[in-house]
Amino acid sequence: MIEYKIKIINNAGLHTRPAANIVKLASKYKCDFFLNKDGLHINGKSIIGVMTLAAEKGSEIILIFDGVDEELALKEMVDYFNRGFDEL
Amino acid sequence: MSYNMKSENENILKGIGAAPGIGISKAFIYKKEKEEITNESITDLEDAIVSLDTALEKSKKELRKIFSLAVDKLGEKRAAIFDAQIMILDDPILISTIKNRIKKEMRVPEYIVNDEISKYTDLMNLSHEPYMKERSHDIEDIKNRIIRNLKKKKWKSRITSDVVVVTTTVSPSDTVLFSRVNVKGYVTDFGGLTSHAAIVARSLNIPAVVGLHDASNYIKEGDLLIIDGYKGEVIINPDEKQLNDYQKKIVRLQKQGTELNKLRDLPAVTLDGKEIQLLANLELTDEIELISESGAKGIGLVRTEQLFEEYEAFPDEEEQYQVYKTIAERIYPETVTIRTFDIGGDKVLPVDLKEPNPFLGWRGIRLLLDNTHLFKTQIRAVLRASSHKNIKLMLPMIASMIEIRKSKEIISECKNELKKEGKIFDKHMGIGIMIEIPSAAVLIRDFAEEVDFVSIGTNDLIQYLLAVDRGNEIVSSIYQEFHPAVVRTLHHIITEGKKSGKLVSMCGEMAADPFAVPLLIGLGLESISVSASAIPLIKKIIRNLTLKELQSLAAECLAFKTEKEINTRMHRFSNEKEKHQIKNLY
Repeated sequence: MIEYKIKIINNAGLHTRPAANIVKLASKYKCDFFLNKDGLHINGKSIIGVMTLAAEKGSEIILIFDGVDEELALKEMVDYFNRGFDEL
Repeated sequence: MSYNMKSENENILKGIGAAPGIGISKAFIYKKEKEEITNESITDLEDAIVSLDTALEKSKKELRKIFSLAVDKLGEKRAAIFDAQIMILDDPILISTIKNRIKKEMRVPEYIVNDEISKYTDLMNLSHEPYMKERSHDIEDIKNRIIRNLKKKKWKSRITSDVVVVTTTVSPSDTVLFSRVNVKGYVTDFGGLTSHAAIVARSLNIPAVVGLHDASNYIKEGDLLIIDGYKGEVIINPDEKQLNDYQKKIVRLQKQGTELNKLRDLPAVTLDGKEIQLLANLELTDEIELISESGAKGIGLVRTEQLFEEYEAFPDEEEQYQVYKTIAERIYPETVTIRTFDIGGDKVLPVDLKEPNPFLGWRGIRLLLDNTHLFKTQIRAVLRASSHKNIKLMLPMIASMIEIRKSKEIISECKNELKKEGKIFDKHMGIGIMIEIPSAAVLIRDFAEEVDFVSIGTNDLIQYLLAVDRGNEIVSSIYQEFHPAVVRTLHHIITEGKKSGKLVSMCGEMAADPFAVPLLIGLGLESISVSASAIPLIKKIIRNLTLKELQSLAAECLAFKTEKEINTRMHRFSNEKEKHQIKNLY
């Protein structure tokens, strides 16, 4: 299991389009994926779950990966967050 | 017209007669909004899971249709919400939780769906971010969509006996859906005379009374109703005398119907020898039987958007080709005029694309020219079905010359493609336009010269000319077909259109009004297209008049300055003639 703390850097925050992309990305991997924000623990392969996260610019989220391909999944996910969901 | 809820008889509600006919049956209250969700338990788990899966699949198909249109029009980014909604229907966590709960709790799927999804919306509503509230509405929307699809299935099986459907408002797709079961009539709170649902009811020969304000609260499930689509009245739990009177009326009407049917094979010709082309409108494939029996000289209007209303997605070229080919073959050697999709306004398919003014928005030819793929698919299908040379193509909502020219370019493109593919089609297939926007009426001469024929769509023309929403019962009384501006505009269209040597036809509701037909023919109209059920009566009227008297009648009406004068004159004319059956009914 790996945990990684990350910041939302795009202006619009974690809105619907990135939420959908995060789920699509996570679904490619075998490992479990969770997001934790302010104590709210969300399954990252559930779009309706990810959509309940109100995460504006500057907020911090903990990404949790657990499974055989967790390293690869982490790398791609962190990359996507760091690109500001391709909205920079 | 009176909108009083109660008349001298306590149990009579007065509204607007939107589709003629009389029906006597028990009331079935159809509540569309706020589906009641009960905590019922189930016994058949497998059945519950199947109905959940079916509802999810149905919702997905609906959303995919909306999504593809949204991508085209709004772009990928703004369409993302629909993409996310589709993903929710596939959400592995959500769906497996719902299924597990159904298994464990043995409750109806709609209860579990509502309860489970509400957990998420409740969470979103706790947030202080305004966009989270909006997001919660989106989730709410998808929840309601699933529940509606779960309910619809249940609801269908609930109607087993004859009923009169009582509801707040009825959509065209509801009307089509209801027609599959034993519906004897429609009673609605909202809606005016020419709402599209009323047109469908008329073409299916199902009586309808609309604009009753709060009938759906007033009438109780299982009440015996008499619905009188001629008078626009609904009688709740009639007494013996009322019931007797109406049963007699039904018998009398049936007799009259048989009498009118005798006219079937006679031409629609005036006493002084002027023949009028009487065509039928078609919006359901089932109607073709009715049309052949009515004695129509062909089909003057196929509302293709209605034809495919029940389809989950836009039909592909092959599906459309098969339908058009069947219609063309069945009506041969007569001709059929196929109108391209007129979606938008109240007939819109993607109901979730909200426009502030849909009637002034993205509809008809505007939508087609923005979606060339959709447009070309339809044109190719129509062309391929035209090999017997008995198809004409008509374009809706034309406002400018550029729209005609662009459409013609696209049609030529399709022809070239088909030629290269070695497909057979009618190279000279007639192309026409609807005249239903005031700008097209003004420019009729130029437009007519650019095409092979024109057809006046009175419903929209009147609505746009008088700036009256025909579906709004508050103002529907000032939607007047005998308004002097309407009569003079029609005169302008007919005379100027004929100068270009092109056929001028009419396919709106006005053409089916027995009081208006004498005026229309007097104004010079030579071709009208109405619902098949109206053809015998219209023919009977035409056969009892002379063109000469109609021409002077029209001249008289063109000089009037108020709607009242024209209306009174036309009713007086018809009454004096005593030639049509309407008055004899009562």
